[in-house]
Amino acid sequence: MALYSDVIRERFRRPLFRGAIERPDVAHEDVNPLCGDRVRIQGRLADGRLVEARWTGDCCAICAASADLLLEAALGQPVGFAHAQTPSSLLERLDSDIRPSRMKCVTLPLTVLQEALSGREVTR
Amino acid sequence: MNLGEKTRRDFPILSRVVNGFPLVYLDSAASSQKPLAVIEAISDYYKTSHANVHRSIHTLGEEATERYEAARDAVRAFVGARSREEIIFTRGTTEGINLVAQAVGRTLAPGDEIIVSELEHHSNLIPWQMACRDRGAVLRAIPVIGEGYLDLEAFDRLLSPRTRVVAVAHVSNVLGTINPVARIVERAHRVGALVLFDGAQAVPHLPLDLAALGADFYAFSGHKMLGPTGIGVLYGRREVLDKLEPAWGGGEMIKEVWIDRAQWNDLPWRFEPGTPPIAEAVGLHAACEYLGKLGMSEVLAHEQALVAQCLDALGGIEGVTLYGPRNPEMKGAVVAFNVEGLHPHDGAALLDQQGIAVRAGFHCAQPLMRRLGIAGTLRASFSVHSTASEIERLAVAVATLRGTL
Repeated sequence: MALYSDVIRERFRRPLFRGAIERPDVAHEDVNPLCGDRVRIQGRLADGRLVEARWTGDCCAICAASADLLLEAALGQPVGFAHAQTPSSLLERLDSDIRPSRMKCVTLPLTVLQEALSGREVTR
Repeated sequence: MNLGEKTRRDFPILSRVVNGFPLVYLDSAASSQKPLAVIEAISDYYKTSHANVHRSIHTLGEEATERYEAARDAVRAFVGARSREEIIFTRGTTEGINLVAQAVGRTLAPGDEIIVSELEHHSNLIPWQMACRDRGAVLRAIPVIGEGYLDLEAFDRLLSPRTRVVAVAHVSNVLGTINPVARIVERAHRVGALVLFDGAQAVPHLPLDLAALGADFYAFSGHKMLGPTGIGVLYGRREVLDKLEPAWGGGEMIKEVWIDRAQWNDLPWRFEPGTPPIAEAVGLHAACEYLGKLGMSEVLAHEQALVAQCLDALGGIEGVTLYGPRNPEMKGAVVAFNVEGLHPHDGAALLDQQGIAVRAGFHCAQPLMRRLGIAGTLRASFSVHSTASEIERLAVAVATLRGTL
């Protein structure tokens, strides 16, 4: 299995959920202390479901693909979906041979989404 | 045969194959590889002479003490210090700087000022932030200008009778800039400030004469200069150390102890509480001897030629941005760069797939990254065993990076 799988390359080049939401219900931003990467996720909620989601960030291809795939999976799902996600469910989507030193790249978007949905920072 | 080709066979790890390619190790600024002489010195010490130092009366204890103290003499000679009392063994550069920041920090008064620079490694920044916070002192920073030089006019304006310490890197771990240390000492001493240099990236790469330099403190690490991890050196000028209270207490650093007080030991042991890194000192001794035999002027010339070649090779690749001085004579053995559209960690991972080890990230220098307006860089760094053909391999690989992902 290659480090940079086709799915990682594709999502890095042409992310589907990169961008900002004008008036998000929830938002959170965090950094990876190992590399300084920064990811921000914004979302809009309706009836307890994530109905719109976007990410922005200054981050590596693995982190970017992880964020994009995560938002794709979480869209339309109840808020609890993000909290049920695990590093292995993220790895499965990435289809890649990720080493321990890069696991934080994979998981940063998940912790950011979980924090956003926990309502730690609500911007409206 | 040049230095790189001559010394390669001394480093067993360089015969490794990584991801199907012969290893090209260009990460010596993070941690250098070890020549056999260092590995064997440590192993021999443990096999024949290990015991605790100083307090043991038995034969092994005396041998261990002898070897530990012989290492101090070797380091003294290697960096050109006046006396062995000026050589304090630490765990590394970071601990040496923390020692000074705590010991000198306790003497700071509110309103006193510490001057660092924008290009500092976090290890020469955070200890001073903590000292300032504890004592109500003020931290100021010399700006970085142009290709990555310290703004010396701004430095002159920052200096005042309130300045207590000037703490600056001798060589930048990102930009490679060799800072004008003699001038910094002269200006700082004029206002009565103490001067500390972070020499982590300088000692492995250039000749030093600390007695002539006149700095008050100079900290460096063993593991970046072909020695083992877990040992470093804090040089302190005798006149300054004589007046300085120890930073930390424990065994070994005392002469006589009562329940409510103690009398400090002589230099340098006053600053070495606890059992020191003995085997590591023996290894560092071997590293000093190894580098001493090569000659630090030869090491400097060899590495500056590699830096010049690397700047030319990478600078000619479309989409590559170089950071730091373009003049190799103003530079230590590091070249920081970025490839357009590629995150440094992805760049490093792709190079690793071709067996090339480089560093990527913010290099423990976030304020400098912010100053440069970037999140991080790739960084190739060199040592005595680096060769022109390795830099050619790096350049060929870097040229393929853009558009890979």
